[in-house]
Amino acid sequence: MAADILQFIIYAALVTLLAWPVGLYMAQLYSGHRTVLAPVLAPVERMTNRLLCVRENHGQRWTQYALACLAFNMAGWVILYAILRLQHLLPLNPEGLPALSPDLAFNTAVSFVTNTNWQAYGGETTMSYLSQMAGLTVQNFVSAATGIAVGAAVIRGFFARETKEIGNFWVDLTRTLLYVLLPLSIVTTLFLVWQGVPQNLLAYVQATTLEGGSQLLAQGPAASQIAIKQLGTNGGGFFNANSAVPYENPTPLTNIVQMVAILLIPAAFCFMFGKMVKDSRQGVAIFAAMGILFVAALAFTYSAEVSGNALYDDLPIDQTAGNMEGKEVRFGTGNSALWAVATTAASNGSVNSMHDSFTPLGGIALMLQMQIGEIIFGGVGSGFYGMLAFVLLTVFIAGLMVGRTPEYLGKKIEAKEVKLSVIAFLVMPLGVLVFGAASAVLPVGVASLQDAGPHGLSEIIYAYSSATGNNGSAYAGFGAGVPYHNTMQGIAMLLGRYAFIIPMLAIAGSLAAKKTVPASEGTFPTHTPLFVTLLIAVILIIGGLTFFPVLALGPIAEHLAMTAGETF
Amino acid sequence: MKRSSEIGLFDKRVIGPAFGAALAKFDPRVLAKNPVMFVTEIVAALSTLLFIRDLMTGAENAALVGQIAAWLWFTVYFANLAEAVAEGRGKARADTLRATQTETKAKRLKTADDRTGETVSSHKLKPGDIVLVETGDIVPSDGEVIEGVASVDESAITGESAPVIRESGGDRSSVTGGTRVVSDWLKVEVTAKPGESFLDRMISMVEGAERQKTPNEIALNILLAGMTIIFVVVVATLQPFIMYSGAAVPIVFLIALLVTLIPTTIGGLLSAIGIAGMDRLVKANVVAKSGRAVEAAGDVDTLLLDKTGTITFGARMADAFEPISGIDPKDLAEAALLASLADDTPEGKSVVDLARKQLGRSHDGSDLVAETIPFSAQTRLSGADLKDGRKLRKGASDAILKWCETEPTSQITGLVEAIAKSGGTPLLVARDKKVLGVIHLKDIIKPDIRERFAELRRMGVRTVMITGDNPLTAAAIAAEAGVDDFLAEATPERKLELIREEQAAGKLVAMCGDGSNDAPALAQADVGVAMNTGTPAAKEAGNLIDLDSDPTKLIEIVLVGKQLLISRGALTTFSIANDVAKYFAILPALFVAAYPSLNALNVMGLESPASAILSAVIFNALVIIALIPLALKGVAYAPSSAASLLRRNLLIYGLGGLIVPFAGIKLIDVVINAIAIV
Repeated sequence: MAADILQFIIYAALVTLLAWPVGLYMAQLYSGHRTVLAPVLAPVERMTNRLLCVRENHGQRWTQYALACLAFNMAGWVILYAILRLQHLLPLNPEGLPALSPDLAFNTAVSFVTNTNWQAYGGETTMSYLSQMAGLTVQNFVSAATGIAVGAAVIRGFFARETKEIGNFWVDLTRTLLYVLLPLSIVTTLFLVWQGVPQNLLAYVQATTLEGGSQLLAQGPAASQIAIKQLGTNGGGFFNANSAVPYENPTPLTNIVQMVAILLIPAAFCFMFGKMVKDSRQGVAIFAAMGILFVAALAFTYSAEVSGNALYDDLPIDQTAGNMEGKEVRFGTGNSALWAVATTAASNGSVNSMHDSFTPLGGIALMLQMQIGEIIFGGVGSGFYGMLAFVLLTVFIAGLMVGRTPEYLGKKIEAKEVKLSVIAFLVMPLGVLVFGAASAVLPVGVASLQDAGPHGLSEIIYAYSSATGNNGSAYAGFGAGVPYHNTMQGIAMLLGRYAFIIPMLAIAGSLAAKKTVPASEGTFPTHTPLFVTLLIAVILIIGGLTFFPVLALGPIAEHLAMTAGETF
Repeated sequence: MKRSSEIGLFDKRVIGPAFGAALAKFDPRVLAKNPVMFVTEIVAALSTLLFIRDLMTGAENAALVGQIAAWLWFTVYFANLAEAVAEGRGKARADTLRATQTETKAKRLKTADDRTGETVSSHKLKPGDIVLVETGDIVPSDGEVIEGVASVDESAITGESAPVIRESGGDRSSVTGGTRVVSDWLKVEVTAKPGESFLDRMISMVEGAERQKTPNEIALNILLAGMTIIFVVVVATLQPFIMYSGAAVPIVFLIALLVTLIPTTIGGLLSAIGIAGMDRLVKANVVAKSGRAVEAAGDVDTLLLDKTGTITFGARMADAFEPISGIDPKDLAEAALLASLADDTPEGKSVVDLARKQLGRSHDGSDLVAETIPFSAQTRLSGADLKDGRKLRKGASDAILKWCETEPTSQITGLVEAIAKSGGTPLLVARDKKVLGVIHLKDIIKPDIRERFAELRRMGVRTVMITGDNPLTAAAIAAEAGVDDFLAEATPERKLELIREEQAAGKLVAMCGDGSNDAPALAQADVGVAMNTGTPAAKEAGNLIDLDSDPTKLIEIVLVGKQLLISRGALTTFSIANDVAKYFAILPALFVAAYPSLNALNVMGLESPASAILSAVIFNALVIIALIPLALKGVAYAPSSAASLLRRNLLIYGLGGLIVPFAGIKLIDVVINAIAIV
């Protein structure tokens, strides 16, 4: 236990210490300043821009920015869908895998374009190398870059003064790929290859096990995809078992490096924000709010997992290591809980244990982190702009209490911003509750459940929280790959992505056009511990009020039944 | 609208009619403007239908359904009542005003030179008509004086009983309909259209007829509507989830949950808060042309204040006697006293007062005086010749030096210059053609103004003093009064420029003014308070009008604006925080059929599912009634920094909002079980 806590502290320290410089570097990049990598990358950037006819200094209004972003994602979806449907005709398919069904291809294409990486399939048994590399890995990069670019543009809206422009999507996209994602991925990939993760294009290998059985060992360009799946909060595993399998996650070092990679860019966004709005305290305040919520979720989940299952107490089962069902012995409860909390806090979704096997209480924190909109660090870029929606709400409700029109960073929060934030806030209830409720009563929805009773409900709720939150992890008992869920999940993912991006860009556009009111004694302070407390309270109350009823019927009912010795 | 006609919170004149008026507000077309209460009304109607159905089928929980339906109607009614009471207070004030607006006869002249004219009803006057108003006449409509000087009793509007002078030209040329000429006569050109006079506007303002939602109110309404939609989704999807769990709950229970979750408290009180805010302004004798201006007042960053009348009394007063070397200070004080006996100006009186204080005696020594020399424009000095033959004079330094037929010594020059530099006015005192010393006249700063400015600074409002004085004088007064900045040698153009500069830096500016040359600045300022004594142009340009014509009122207006916003924010926070307890009351009751173990969530230990649901609904309705006084009076507000205000209000309304309903619901549960209505 002490060792676990020591690990948690080391992890938190690593994330903070790395996110700080990365955030400052990104702030330089998105403010248009020269960065340390410019000598190498600036010529490449110039060439790319010339090739794509992008004018570097051409600013876009929020509508143009949003259109560019949507058009780019739409094109990405079409290409990916085509690759998946035609993979049997395309090269680099040594196993001769067949084409994907229309609903699975729709679901998977949406899933990767929206940075969700919900996988209704098993990687090594479904995807050809071409689909993995030219299809999925490409989207791993560009969907992450889309989120980061939008995040940067939204931040610009908060410090721009009386302008209609919030940046240029194509410039932001290229810069994100060249200056942020590629360098970080290369470093991480090299590290993973060094630690033994495969990176090849070989056919699968037939091996004879110690017992004399026969096993097919999957191969492939795994290391590079794993690097970007973590850094870009994608989460889609190269192999079906994701980061639980030794091929994806062979050593304790790869485990911690991957976990750090999950939160690195989302956490860096806080510091980037502080630097860009020229008040680092503002970034630190948001980092603190996210950090406290993260620690609380971790404490909740870890304590539930360590305590194990009360039903086993009278059985001859050794629970000294906690609830070990569905966990790798290599990682234990500590590292499994930490990974689970990190991957659901960020909208990552890669796993090193089976979340479905967590205790009911342990699962609550995972679900709630997704349901409040993936804003505790969250997805790259998306987590931060989602959090900004909560910041605006907090400032609006409490800001009135200081007797002024609510302001954030000198920008007045008025009817338009409130309206747009409200639209964003409707996304999670719609995606989770409406789709979840439909799946809970429709026979075709319930058919996918592995378990009866409250845990079955948890499986549905987890699945739709994951899809709408663009997370991608699942309670494995949920049989996702059926046409009904493939379609519904696809819609939920689109809703969760674009019904957030568009209002947030609109808010940025509206704020950018406003005057900046200089701060005074009468200004609502948004960098104090009081504000951090308030922000956390608003997140918990709003998120809690929305999802408490269904959590009561799912995991809470399951927990109470479990402690009462009742099973379903 | 005298301040004496104070309307109490539970005034019978207001409460009685409000009960009836609240009923009329059930009209869905009226209620549709308020999304939260509109939804409440719809579900109240729905639960009434369910109650009727249950009665006919004889369902066992019909009594409970009926009670829930009744309390939902009460919830809407209480919200209506809050609004009706707020409006009623405005109406009561309007009635007092309307009493002064009875139809009057006006003497309309054909041309400005005409002296007889025809008698017409005041309702028939059009802008441009010229009317004659003589002693004893009521001014028939708003207008501008084009000829004559008269004293006018404006107590009907301002509550101030002393008559004021109105004359053509200059800054005192505007008259208001409903006021009375007490001496002399005026020719007035009518400026208001029939039914749009100042008084008409005031009446519709306080009655709330012209009330439009302010920007913050609109934003808040959107948020409340958004939260209502979210909770509709939460509650509507609950039945499928419960069905999955193998049970079903009566629709009326879900309705009860919905109504307790949606922000009915703030939704019900929002418009009452807004009306009450306007009412508070009217009580302060300020008329707002729009609610927007009141809200903007709370946001003000920079206050421009005229020096004279706002920061200083405007009249110069004796502050010190400064004798030249060799002269006894008492001697100088005595001479100044005797020389000022005949001086009836405030300055002269202040010299007498100061001398008496310094000499420590009560008699003024007028028995020593043989002849007083009054001030004349030619000599520019005044004084007294005493019975013992001594001659005393006081006056401006060049006039006294001329009388003394001497050149000033360097000491005299030094004293005079030092006083001038400090913003004061020096007066020389001489006896028998020999200068004794200098009287230091000072523009006295109002006694408590420094504290007001400190208060404003704590609220983050910067004060800028506007004065025609030279920069040195201005700096001295600014330092003494404690303003943050000053604009010296101000001209209307400079003032306008300053406002634009401040606004360009993103600040909201408030100012007050009365003259026509203030009009551009008043129009440019975000909050422009025109003095009622001001010109029609100034009154047209400002967005607030102060009937008392008191420039310090600006500070009060800022406070009213802030209090309005704070009240809204506090009740919103309270309303949302309340929901936590309501969940713990209702959810276990809903879920207990599906999973009996979920009764563990019943942390309040409520008696039964039925009483738990009913208690939450009753609490939800009663809390609106309980908070009506708070909504009408506004949340208590003492000027302080945003950070400390936030801490205080969060503690009271945030934490309080979390805790109070736990106690309240438990209490109601105990009571309704004791009287066995469930």
